[in-house]
Amino acid sequence: MSHFLSPIFAPGFFESEAVHIALAVGALVAVVTGVVGVFTVIRGQSFAGEAFSDLGTTGGAGAYFVGVGTLWGFVIGNVIAAGAMEAIGVQRVRGRDVATGIVLGAGLGLAALFLYLYTTEHSTTGATVTILFGSAFAISSTTLPLIAVLSGIVLALMLTIYRPLLLSSINAELASARGIPVRLVGALYLLALALAAALAAITIGTILSTALIVGPAASALRLTRRPLTALLTAAAIGIAAMWVGIVLAYDSYHWPPAGQGWPVSFFVVMLVFLTYLLSGLPEARRRRHAARAAPAAGVMQPATNS
Amino acid sequence: MGREGISVAGLDGEEILGVEGISVRLSGREVLREVSFRIRAGEFTGLIGSNGAGKTTLFRVILGLQPPTAGRVLVAGRPRSARNPLIGYVPQKFLLDPDAPLRGRDLVALGIDAQRPGVPRPSESRRALVEEMLEAVDAARFADTRVGRLSGGEQQRILIAHALIARPRLLLLDEPLANLDLGSAHEVVALLARIAAEQQIAVLISAHEINPLLPVMDRIVYLAHGRAVSGTTDEVIRADVLSKLYGHHVDVVHVHDRVLIVAGAGENTDLAGHEGTFPGAEILT
Repeated sequence: MSHFLSPIFAPGFFESEAVHIALAVGALVAVVTGVVGVFTVIRGQSFAGEAFSDLGTTGGAGAYFVGVGTLWGFVIGNVIAAGAMEAIGVQRVRGRDVATGIVLGAGLGLAALFLYLYTTEHSTTGATVTILFGSAFAISSTTLPLIAVLSGIVLALMLTIYRPLLLSSINAELASARGIPVRLVGALYLLALALAAALAAITIGTILSTALIVGPAASALRLTRRPLTALLTAAAIGIAAMWVGIVLAYDSYHWPPAGQGWPVSFFVVMLVFLTYLLSGLPEARRRRHAARAAPAAGVMQPATNS
Repeated sequence: MGREGISVAGLDGEEILGVEGISVRLSGREVLREVSFRIRAGEFTGLIGSNGAGKTTLFRVILGLQPPTAGRVLVAGRPRSARNPLIGYVPQKFLLDPDAPLRGRDLVALGIDAQRPGVPRPSESRRALVEEMLEAVDAARFADTRVGRLSGGEQQRILIAHALIARPRLLLLDEPLANLDLGSAHEVVALLARIAAEQQIAVLISAHEINPLLPVMDRIVYLAHGRAVSGTTDEVIRADVLSKLYGHHVDVVHVHDRVLIVAGAGENTDLAGHEGTFPGAEILT
């Protein structure tokens, strides 16, 4: 099989343990970011998502500095950041961006310090590159269980708060009139977003992790009108982008400049971007059709508002 | 069932809402002062008052979102509890991203049990219930459109179905006519009057404009400066009653089948009358 598929899957793809781990992690993380991301887009909290992605840099740099696993750094850093945002007032729509921005600024200041201290001490920039741009092929098999557990926690949390969160995200007043604790639900969602950003960061790097949270979700919103279908579509787009990205990155070891290999993160983010552009096509075509059919339909349809 | 004149159910229906001596003080300002009224099953009640008269605060008290400084609210004869399934609510502003993945029928379905954890399992009975509610508010034809892309009147219908599907005894609507054109406003009012009569639901609807509600209102709660008078339209919309409420002379003028509430010459206050000018008096909305 690998013989006639070799133009697509370079030799050794199916045997490599690094590839297996990358595929597994990629799928898990894509499902988590897809499910969480749809709500990020509905709630207009993309900036908070971006902030967690950037603040992952602080946690990751701190982890290198202290000498613990990078993922722990991402997770702990983001959870602290979520707490700080919640305390400053990320829930009020008006103060939301300010709260996020202030925490983001302070966090990145710390990241600068940790990275400076680490790189000057070890005279290498490897840590910086790994944290910022990720390394799906460099995830060790010992990190895999932790990633699986964290993914499970976020998905369980999202499924538990699904209905109250959906109504709160649509209209907070409507939700609180029904006795939904809107503030608590919002805080739990922020926690889920913080963890999703940490998982995305370990896979494709802190700089690019927002793309994985917002991109597939934004594409899914253009393709479906149903909330549950949107979650599944976003997860599917994420998995597709991840897996195709991993295949291309593996193949790219044979591309110029020979023997280097291009980063997985680059492929994943580009595929997500391409999907977003393509996802606009059905709607654009429908609108063109509607515009062409409008004069006729205007006569046929009864007036709705009179 | 005809809705001309005073409803038959209005006089002997079960009491659904009792507002008893509610006062609310917000940052030192007295927003509501000893407001009392009661609403029975099947009654259509208008809560009329200009902007800032305290309508929204009163709604928040009834919904349990604003604790009153004094007084109490009884729902079906009992003190209201934090999450009261007997009350359905339709908020005033509804802004939703046009791309949000939520069809009208999804929002109606959320009305069944949005407060419960977990993902709803699709079932035939849920689907049928949603369909029934969509039919009841005449929203079936746009139920598959994204809610964010519906017109104001269409969104109102979906929100009413969302509130009704939980089978409330009392339906609260905060300024539902504020952003509607005249035609849609009349349709929504007629729909609500029909629902009140058919399902024996008490409807309380706030508005700063009295005329669209005149044909269907069984009772009126008129709010000014935080105080209220209530009764039938004929009892409340009278020069002596409203002059006492406002604390200065007010005229009530009938023009065709409309009512204009006008301040006396030289007066300048907030009246829930109608826009336009009137000789010898200043008219404010």
